[in-house]
Amino acid sequence: MNESLRNIWTIAKRELGGYFNSPVAYVFIVIFLLLNGFFTFMLGQFFESGEASLTRPFFSWHPWLYLFLVPAAGMRLWAEERRVGTLELLLTLPITAWQAIAGKFAASWIFLGIALFLTFPVVGTVYYLGNPDLGAILAGYLGSFLLAGAYLAVTVMTSAMTRNQVISFILSVVICFFLILAGWEPVTNLLVRWAPTWLVETVASFSVMPHFASFQRGVVDFRDLLFFTSIMVFSLFTTSVILRGLRSS
Amino acid sequence: MIHVENLVKEFGTKRAVNGVSFTVNKGEILGFLGPNGAGKSTTMRMITGFLPPTAGHVTVGGHDVAIEPVAAKKLIGYLPESAPAYSDMTVHGFLSFIAELRGLRGAAGQDAVHRVAGMCVLESVLHQSIDTLSKGYRHRTCLAQSIIHDPQVLVLDEPTDGLDPNQKHEIRQLLKRLGQNKAIIFSTHILEEVDAVCSRAIIIDRGVIVANGTPAELRGRHELAGSVSLRVQGAAAETVRGKLGGLPTVERTTAREESGWIHARVFPKSKGVNGDLARTVAELTVREGWRFDELHTEEGRLDEVFRSFTLPDTVTSKSE
Repeated sequence: MNESLRNIWTIAKRELGGYFNSPVAYVFIVIFLLLNGFFTFMLGQFFESGEASLTRPFFSWHPWLYLFLVPAAGMRLWAEERRVGTLELLLTLPITAWQAIAGKFAASWIFLGIALFLTFPVVGTVYYLGNPDLGAILAGYLGSFLLAGAYLAVTVMTSAMTRNQVISFILSVVICFFLILAGWEPVTNLLVRWAPTWLVETVASFSVMPHFASFQRGVVDFRDLLFFTSIMVFSLFTTSVILRGLRSS
Repeated sequence: MIHVENLVKEFGTKRAVNGVSFTVNKGEILGFLGPNGAGKSTTMRMITGFLPPTAGHVTVGGHDVAIEPVAAKKLIGYLPESAPAYSDMTVHGFLSFIAELRGLRGAAGQDAVHRVAGMCVLESVLHQSIDTLSKGYRHRTCLAQSIIHDPQVLVLDEPTDGLDPNQKHEIRQLLKRLGQNKAIIFSTHILEEVDAVCSRAIIIDRGVIVANGTPAELRGRHELAGSVSLRVQGAAAETVRGKLGGLPTVERTTAREESGWIHARVFPKSKGVNGDLARTVAELTVREGWRFDELHTEEGRLDEVFRSFTLPDTVTSKSE
């Protein structure tokens, strides 16, 4: 392992420890699983639909579930460092700001991945009841994981903007909400009535919804991967710009 | 080891640091003095690479902090002003984390953790969570973090702030020990600390260096420095002043009588603190047959020198 990967891993380890050494991780995971169950089996009418598929009853709720839970999991990443003053300590260690950003992001993403992985009983249920398409389920999970990563990157960015976790949370929810709404059918339908097609398409192209939808159908398209990756890279890059600006102003 | 050249830092329109230059060599302990808001912390933050300077350069061990930040930061140990630490970690976890990022992994890291825990008297709280520690322990935890990689350069922002007198004493002893083979710069507004620890001191006021020298040199800037004061009986105040004023190396003399004793002060022609004047005065006293119960050379008081340099326009113009 080279030095920069080692540094990223050291920071990620510390952040993961921070989640699991406090009640945050357990509260988060329990709530995530409870809400998932509630949405899937109550609102999603999993049993009534009579389909051996996770698309509609399970994955389709994730953009909404993540909208609040991902910012809650990531809001403290930089805001807390700024508030307590450990930012000064961290950035005067022989590491680059990039390594710190990557380490923090990786830790939270792994944490969200663990929470997502713990939904596996749902998969067991569909398998018990019918013959689902494994490819579609795996693609759905990949899409969901990428979606969480995209939201998380946005939260990392808003977290660097302020020393107040609540502000970081609210900003992040608003931005992620935009990323959902921009391509959500009821909203695009409103736009279609008066706006030119190119505008509707531009706005919609910012949305996570159509990209996430193709994963749910079991399609892993390069363009969708690129979409989620570019949101993450852009947000994390903006984070590094914010951190630099913070110190030079 | 540390070379600072024309360092300038502006926050908006305010110039916090305005053209600061100095050098700290290996084996030197530089005390950084100044009133609150003088630019001490800002200067230190630029040396450690936390704040980029608006103009000027900082070189640490030959590496320009702006160009090779990681190489420079490897040589530096830094204790920030508020002594921050990750409060959700244990002292051991925190020090291990810092050791790892300093490139000390595995057994080397654990050795380093136990070495600094010993130096900073942290063994008893090693497995305690940092948020349960008292201020002194938390402060020393952060200090331990700064010396974990045995750095060549130490930058300490108020290392004794908020400690009790015993802890202050321990930290000073530690600094003195470490200073033998490192370049150390530390800020303080406790002046006795400068005498106790520093080989050199800089006074900074409103972003500008107003004095730079050894503690003795700075004390020598005091207006009474080098003068000899004595308390005698056996002659009138006028006679005493006349006799003392007649000495060849004396510039001027004051004397006044108070409850049977003559209090006199003799200023030398050449400024500087040495024993010559006191010896001549003592010889004269014996020759004249005066009884004296006090005779000493004033070394100058650092706190008054500090005040004269950092108070706006009062004594500064007189002593410069």
